[in-house]
Amino acid sequence: MNLFQIALKNMRQRGLASWLTMISVALGVSLMVAVLVLHSVLGKQFSQSGSGYSLIIGPEGSPTQLVLATVYRIENSTSNMPWRYYQKWATDRRVELAVPLSFGDSTEQGDFPVIGTTPQYFKLPYARTPEPQPYRVKGDFLKGSWDAVIGSEVARRNEWNADEDINKNGKLDVDEDLNGNGQLDAGSQFQLVHGGQKGEDAHVHKEKFTVKGILQATGTPNDRTVFVHIDGFFMLAGHENPLREAIHSEAQYFHEDEEMLLEKYKPELEAEAREAIAIKLNPNHAAHAVPDLSKEVSAILIVTKGDGLESANNSLSIYTDLGEENAAMAVSPVQVMDKIMRNLVGNIQLAFLCLTGLIVAVSGIGIFVSIYNSMNERRREIAIMRALGAQRRTVSLMILCETLLLCLGGGLLGLLLGHGLMFAAAPILEARSGLLIDPWTYSIWELVVLPIALVLATLSGLIPSITAYRTDVAETLAQ
Amino acid sequence: MSLVLKNVRKSYKLPDGTRLPILGISSFELQAGEQVALIGSSGGGKTTLLNSIAGITTIDAGSIVVDGIDISKLPEPSRDRFRAQRIGIVFQTFHLLPAFTALENVLLGMSFSGRVNRSRAKELLDRVGLGQRLNHRPPMLSVGEQQRVAVARSLANSPKLMLADEPTASVDQANQTKILDLIRESCRENKISLLLVTHAPEVASAFDRVETLSQFNQPGESA
Repeated sequence: MNLFQIALKNMRQRGLASWLTMISVALGVSLMVAVLVLHSVLGKQFSQSGSGYSLIIGPEGSPTQLVLATVYRIENSTSNMPWRYYQKWATDRRVELAVPLSFGDSTEQGDFPVIGTTPQYFKLPYARTPEPQPYRVKGDFLKGSWDAVIGSEVARRNEWNADEDINKNGKLDVDEDLNGNGQLDAGSQFQLVHGGQKGEDAHVHKEKFTVKGILQATGTPNDRTVFVHIDGFFMLAGHENPLREAIHSEAQYFHEDEEMLLEKYKPELEAEAREAIAIKLNPNHAAHAVPDLSKEVSAILIVTKGDGLESANNSLSIYTDLGEENAAMAVSPVQVMDKIMRNLVGNIQLAFLCLTGLIVAVSGIGIFVSIYNSMNERRREIAIMRALGAQRRTVSLMILCETLLLCLGGGLLGLLLGHGLMFAAAPILEARSGLLIDPWTYSIWELVVLPIALVLATLSGLIPSITAYRTDVAETLAQ
Repeated sequence: MSLVLKNVRKSYKLPDGTRLPILGISSFELQAGEQVALIGSSGGGKTTLLNSIAGITTIDAGSIVVDGIDISKLPEPSRDRFRAQRIGIVFQTFHLLPAFTALENVLLGMSFSGRVNRSRAKELLDRVGLGQRLNHRPPMLSVGEQQRVAVARSLANSPKLMLADEPTASVDQANQTKILDLIRESCRENKISLLLVTHAPEVASAFDRVETLSQFNQPGESA
């Protein structure tokens, strides 16, 4: 019989106490694992989301709010920028690709954030680590004005299907798309809630979008986002900016004289007046193509030209240019996310880690108390072993083996329990925070559990093992 | 010669700083394979003597030579190893470990000598009539059976010297003779010297050589 077998026997002898001790360690470790997994998931999401572009240009305001709204869709924009401003950046010599985003609405079903954009959005990789990750879609990306592409989570939760009447060539493919009833599969249709369901003037737009594509899971906020074609988004009643306001906005963004702009846009102003009369006469007046002047974007994603240093220089140049303006600003999503991560999320995680560290320490004290309390009854057994020829070092190591087994057993149990906890909590967290959690994601820091268990075992077993070492055989056997 | 004691002195320190002499033995010898009953009254130093011979307790002066080795000169780890390999002990209250089965208790005795032999452990238990109760833990065994496990354990490492401290004191009359016969026969078969301590004259009367501790232990006199 070796020391571990003897230690296991002793643990079995005190079954309930051993299990309770192990469970207390397991609970501490499981909490630690849960925090580490969350830390890993958050870190990944913060570092990966928004890493497909160099800059975000948005209206002057809080950079954090702009990033939260653009990348995480957990904030709304407070103001918008003229479409002409987007066009300016789209043709800028330093810009490789500019993607307009308009947001603020949500879906009627499930309250998922809606983004109006162009198909170019899906040309950006959704993550860059370890290499650029392109979007994959079941169906097609945005083509028509009333097309929509939805994230995997939206499809799952709302049980929406993609329209399958278009094959990869963009042509009707009846043979493939006949369903069991001989009917063409139709994509789910849905309506948007203006300003989001929690908005002050929330109301449902009567226009409907059709799901044309479902994105494969990306592990980013895109999974719970609905993308609609920006043309359709502009055509929604109430989405076009009244021309006089739009002219005022343009004057502000381009530092132009408002009177001159009023003169320049006289034909558009007259057309708007005619449209207003037509709607008054016929409330069912069909939706119309919105003039560029009335279009507004909430943010512009910018990919700068060049690789490495050249791209960085271009980003810096744009950043500097916009720094001198009052109307718009450019932010580096990575920098802002890093700031959020460090200042807010990082501190909360640190607090949680400290808390779980304390829990593990309390578990360690629990092991110590449990073993130490058992030393009185165990002293006799130790004396018997010593009388049979066991050396002081042997009985001392036997106690350490026992605490080691308790800690390692509790540690392993805690690892399983921690991931089990994440498995159970993932759908709840996802529903409440939009945080996509893979319960089997592991953090490299989980490996720290092993040395922690060893240190804990050594510390908690130290005094009992010294007590075992010092046991007076003759005196104890005589009692 | 299996056991030779010369000028052995042992005293305990009292709380007031003075020393209480317990052992004062000028000479005591035990031949190889010899069986001796040692009679002594309570508090007469019987257990201290056995603990000293086993190397559990150190003596103040003198020498204790077991199987040619003066264990009083050995450091503690060597004494422990020596005890595990060459001395078998049977206690009055058996001192079996309750978490371990009969077989595991015998194996445990072998573990500390580094000579674990499962088949020999089974053989020994079979020899003491417990071949069918290998996997029973002590609480599931009768008092007599427990003492038989203790005897099997003491024989586990093929000792040269067996020390038995009142081995029949905790068992009933019917089992006394059986236990005593078992110990004596086992020692005879394996040519083990036996020093059995008892306060019961009827137990001692079964031995050819009976010594009274008070006759050769004079703790108050200088050796």
